[in-house]
Amino acid sequence: MIDQFPALQIMVPLVAAPICVMIRNPRWSWVCAMVASTLAFLISIILLQQVMANGVIRYAVGGWAAPSGIEYYIDAMNAAVLVLVSGISAVVLVYAYRSVAKSVPAEKHYLFYTAWLMCVCGLLGIVITGDAFNVFVFLEISSLSMYTLISFGQDRRALTASFRYLVLGSVGASFILIGIGFLYAATGTLNMTDLAARIPDSESQRAVLVAFSFLTMGVLIKSAVFPLHAWLPNAYTFAPVAVTAFLAGTATKVSLYVLLRFFFSVFGKDYSFGQHLLNGVLLPAAVAGFVLMSLVAIFQNDLRRMLAYSSVAQVGYIVAGFSLATQSGLTAGIVHVVNHGMVKASLFMAVGCILYRVGHVHTPSLDNLMKRMPFTCVAFIISGMGLIGVPLTVGFVSKFTLIEASLEKGWWAIAALVLLSSLMAIVYVGRVIEIMVFRRSRETGPESSGMCEAPLSMLVPLYVLVGVSLYFGINGSATLEVAGRAASFLLGGLQ
Amino acid sequence: MSQLIGLYSYWIVIVLMMAGLYIMIARYNLVKKIIGLSLFQTSIFYLYITMSKVDGGTAPILVDDADYVYSNPLPHVLILTAIVVGVATSAVALALIVRIYESFGTIEEDELKSIEAAEPDA
Repeated sequence: MIDQFPALQIMVPLVAAPICVMIRNPRWSWVCAMVASTLAFLISIILLQQVMANGVIRYAVGGWAAPSGIEYYIDAMNAAVLVLVSGISAVVLVYAYRSVAKSVPAEKHYLFYTAWLMCVCGLLGIVITGDAFNVFVFLEISSLSMYTLISFGQDRRALTASFRYLVLGSVGASFILIGIGFLYAATGTLNMTDLAARIPDSESQRAVLVAFSFLTMGVLIKSAVFPLHAWLPNAYTFAPVAVTAFLAGTATKVSLYVLLRFFFSVFGKDYSFGQHLLNGVLLPAAVAGFVLMSLVAIFQNDLRRMLAYSSVAQVGYIVAGFSLATQSGLTAGIVHVVNHGMVKASLFMAVGCILYRVGHVHTPSLDNLMKRMPFTCVAFIISGMGLIGVPLTVGFVSKFTLIEASLEKGWWAIAALVLLSSLMAIVYVGRVIEIMVFRRSRETGPESSGMCEAPLSMLVPLYVLVGVSLYFGINGSATLEVAGRAASFLLGGLQ
Repeated sequence: MSQLIGLYSYWIVIVLMMAGLYIMIARYNLVKKIIGLSLFQTSIFYLYITMSKVDGGTAPILVDDADYVYSNPLPHVLILTAIVVGVATSAVALALIVRIYESFGTIEEDELKSIEAAEPDA
């Protein structure tokens, strides 16, 4: 049984999705999605434990061994991402029930949960597979269901946001497809381990270089690295807020995982960062991303849009960590993938609670919210601290390692810019907190008096996530150890 | 010169790909954008099929003949999957366009932008 867990990780959400369609009842389709999501989460935890205890797991799908068949390949890196994706999906799904009930018509709920499960299946598939073409297939499964999920938004601009994401996302995925094609032409294999072994000896190095360029562009579009982030702010702003919480925690993180897998495991660190000076492209984009996007976030009046721009900035930190290409830099990047996933998901969940009760998230009119929704506001403040990187929160752990890593390499300017961008985060998060907690209501309408806290089924998952992120903030060594293992795996190549 | 003619298949790929990309950028009509996207994806299918071709090769069927020359079947299989993905993408895109037309009354990108800009945030 336990040998089959890598396959079950994908199969459980994949099989549950059509069952959801057949159920059609809003409540029971939610139950079905919930059960599948929880199972996937448990499986991913067991897989992580096994990987940490026994090393790499290789699973031949359908019993066909590696060169001719598709192989699932799990090491510390993707086991951690599997836990992140399935965990956030399970937690946000609990929350989604009430949130979606309010914003999506009841007769469409089963379709919503079906798309959700397909999205989870696609994201987990991208992470678990060891076959380059399989990455593309799962990428499209997750992307198509993501476009659908975004278009469920109440505002009609959700439709255009989804369409723009579809056009850009498809171009990105097509670039990845071209890249994989050239890799196959140059090496004659699609298995990542074989690719890594054959690329250095390939006769057609030019084809490998073309593949490298196309893959880089494709993945950078999908992970919304500045200047290719144009699809993200509107998609995050107008999607149903449960979807945003899920996507912000997982979708771009999974694309960043693909980036790591291709650059470090397939092409190898020396190829990506030695010969082809990827850090000449990646590092400026990352640094410009986290400085400029933090600056833009300060001027946003829609809470969701502010957090969306801050997401692009956080992707910048992660990519900056990757482009250092050292053990500590990679560790910082990977830790921030997990930490930021939790923080951003809980922030968007808090925003969803506000949206549920107040009906809008126009920042300047959220004055005195602390009186009416104390629990939501406290969760928002704690997670906001995590976003800034205040000590004892997860944000501190990852930013500290990032600054340490850049100092270790002697790049003082990067460390200074990280600090500068954190100061800007204080401004944009602080502004919201100031309005929520300290500003007196200008009008004393009937709605501004009395408590109207969000329902428990939304608050509990929010606090679970906040609690987990606080735990990892205080006990930073737990995530750092997994990330450190993952980083040394990546630098050492595939075994 | 022989490079130019001998690799004509790859030239077709490049022309199709650039035409698709150009349509996506230059046309404001959303349906035309999707036509461009489909053309772009089709060019990639063509690229895969081209590189699997072996000179003088035929269909890959198992026969008792050591000199039997056949084309590489794997890219064909991959492209079957990619075609399905392409069809699904077009279907989702067209469904979105229908919904956009229903709620905005237009599918011209420039008009959509000005409508959206007039709507308040939050």
